[in-house]
Amino acid sequence: MNFDHTDDRRMLADTLVRALRDGYPIDTRNAGAYSDAGYDPTVWKQLNELGIVSALFDEAAGGFGGSGFDIMVVFEALGRALVVEPFLGALMAGRALAAGGRHDETLAGIVSGETIAAFAQEDGATPVTATKSGDGWTLSGTKAVVAQAGAASVFVVVVEQDEPLVFLVPADAAGMSVRSYNVVEGGGAGDVTFDGVTLGADARVGGEGQGQAIVDAAVGAGLLALSAEALGAMEFVKEATLGYLRDRKQFGVPIGKFQALQHRMATVLLEIEQAQSAVINAASAFDGDDATARDRALAAAKYTIGRTGALVAEESIQLHGGIGMTWEYAVSHYAKRLVMIDHQLGDEDYHLQRYIALG
Amino acid sequence: MDLSFTPEEESFRDEVRAFFRDKLPARLSTLVREGKRLRKADMEEWHAILNERGWLANHWPEQWGGPGWSVIQRFIFDNESALAHAPRVVPFGVNMLGPVLIKYGSEEQKAQWLPRILDGSDWWCQGYSEPGAGSDLAGLKTTAVRNGDVYVVNGQKTWTTLGQHADMIFCLVRTDATAKKQEGISFLLIDMKSPGIEVRPITLIDGEQEVNEVFFTDVEVPVANLVGEENQGWTYAKYLLTYERTNIAGVGFSIASFERLKEVAQSQKKGGRALADDPLFAARMARVEIDLANMQTTNLRVLAAVAGGGAPGAESSMLKIKGTEIRQEITALTRRAYGSYAAPYIPEALEAGWNGEDVGPEDAAMAAPSYFNNRKLSIFGGSNEIQKNIISKAILGL
Repeated sequence: MNFDHTDDRRMLADTLVRALRDGYPIDTRNAGAYSDAGYDPTVWKQLNELGIVSALFDEAAGGFGGSGFDIMVVFEALGRALVVEPFLGALMAGRALAAGGRHDETLAGIVSGETIAAFAQEDGATPVTATKSGDGWTLSGTKAVVAQAGAASVFVVVVEQDEPLVFLVPADAAGMSVRSYNVVEGGGAGDVTFDGVTLGADARVGGEGQGQAIVDAAVGAGLLALSAEALGAMEFVKEATLGYLRDRKQFGVPIGKFQALQHRMATVLLEIEQAQSAVINAASAFDGDDATARDRALAAAKYTIGRTGALVAEESIQLHGGIGMTWEYAVSHYAKRLVMIDHQLGDEDYHLQRYIALG
Repeated sequence: MDLSFTPEEESFRDEVRAFFRDKLPARLSTLVREGKRLRKADMEEWHAILNERGWLANHWPEQWGGPGWSVIQRFIFDNESALAHAPRVVPFGVNMLGPVLIKYGSEEQKAQWLPRILDGSDWWCQGYSEPGAGSDLAGLKTTAVRNGDVYVVNGQKTWTTLGQHADMIFCLVRTDATAKKQEGISFLLIDMKSPGIEVRPITLIDGEQEVNEVFFTDVEVPVANLVGEENQGWTYAKYLLTYERTNIAGVGFSIASFERLKEVAQSQKKGGRALADDPLFAARMARVEIDLANMQTTNLRVLAAVAGGGAPGAESSMLKIKGTEIRQEITALTRRAYGSYAAPYIPEALEAGWNGEDVGPEDAAMAAPSYFNNRKLSIFGGSNEIQKNIISKAILGL
């Protein structure tokens, strides 16, 4: 039994953690996160020079990694630094294209970091429909709260019909519009409306009967990434809160001397340890042959980080007192991300029910 | 045992309901129901309406303009106020300073300041917490040194809620640095327009600016603005805190927000059915609803026990802990209920008077900021940990 990452993977993680620690202080992060773009293109470019996206894909897709543990170390580092740059879209859209056998220049652009991609699955008030028109397709309807929608130049769009259909749509397709906004914890998202968008036959990713597998590949990677991101954010929050308990004095002693606070912090610690194990389980099952075991481990991880993320967020604010409520202090933004990550790709209730259904 | 209100209390409730129906402007109740941020003018408008009826300072004695209500009547009023989505009474002058002046102030101070609290001439804020003195309030360092007819004040206060609007601040200041820390504190009334005062806003986690830092540099305060005796301020401060914790259970707010949550859970869909019919979400809602019903009775039991005896003491700590936990859980469920549409951050949608197009369901934009903002409930007014210390000591005798 060995819980160490391989040397290559550890070097990748160290490089990324160091780059983010030195070049991505919370002020830089927030400036990008709450800008109109919702991220910082300069940071995105710098991080891509490290080959971060390439680490998320295997050689067949033009990358140099792509295992569950690669996804884990990258997103854990991104979470630790509260990165809002569009890595999730790259992972999910790229994984969908790779699963559909689209090893073309679009995927190459995504893997190299040149192309910003978004993955649009959840429907808005009017679900997106696809109808056959000639050789091609016409899309109508709205996708809700698509991460990084404003920044993306290509979208991978899932249409839930008898079986899921997956389409690759350029952002400048006629009839397509994006209402962009920031999200509560910082970062960009948007509602994407398709008003009779006509697409050629080649816009469809994968062939008959492949849709579900493509969606599973993309969503599975996304669930693992979000779980690992949450773990990284929890680790940062844990260290910041411990530092505060040691430094902040009330009644003449560091507040960490009070047993009531010690016990709360101890609970936070052991729940984070459990969350780390959940992410390891998911990363390990991610590359396995047993699809049900993989999906159960992913559901278990997302459930665990949803529940634990809110606990860590709420406890860290409480243990900080008023300081944890302020915009100026980094922990408040981590707390927001930890809570809001539960709103992406299904919340803890959804994944608990999915875990039961898969059992 | 009879849990129902007396016929007199029932008819009082009807009277209160009629008042809210007739006098609460729909514009204000809509803003409150939707969770929008009120402007100063909105709060002043509601104070004036309550004052006209003589119901603004509803726990003051009749001699000073109060209605002479029992604690049960006040509970009924507060509940109905929340259920009608009335704005909260801004507590600093009415609920905090008022009782202190009535009990400890000089006749001149009462005559000068109490009417001005009622008619809105002065907007008060609270100068208690300091960067080094939060839970350990008596550790405060802001000094007031007497120099003839004035005190010269130097130091810094923080978490001064709505201080940006204030005309006056009541402050705890250190007047004897050599005494034991609780024994060298005085209670001063300070004009916010005094030279040497600077107010800096603090932006909170949800982007809102409702609290401030207040800096004092050689601020001169007339000795006539000392409340009670010099170095006895801790006694007055503690008295004020028991009033701060009155109605801190916020049962009415919980009932109103739970009703709202039920509507949202009916309108939001999950897996093709109403979220309210999702077994896990329904269980979460049921738990908090049961907790709330229990809380309502606990609150009434505490009030019945102290009826006629003014503000409850350590019992208010129980109400604060459980009441704030329930309120926080309801805001968490409301946030969860909106799913992905809790995420879009539309700051202008939180302000009164915004008419833009919603992203996602109506009012979804308020859900997450409201959840994050309400994390403060278990921190301010003496954190819930401090309340548990009070219970351990005062009730359990540990």
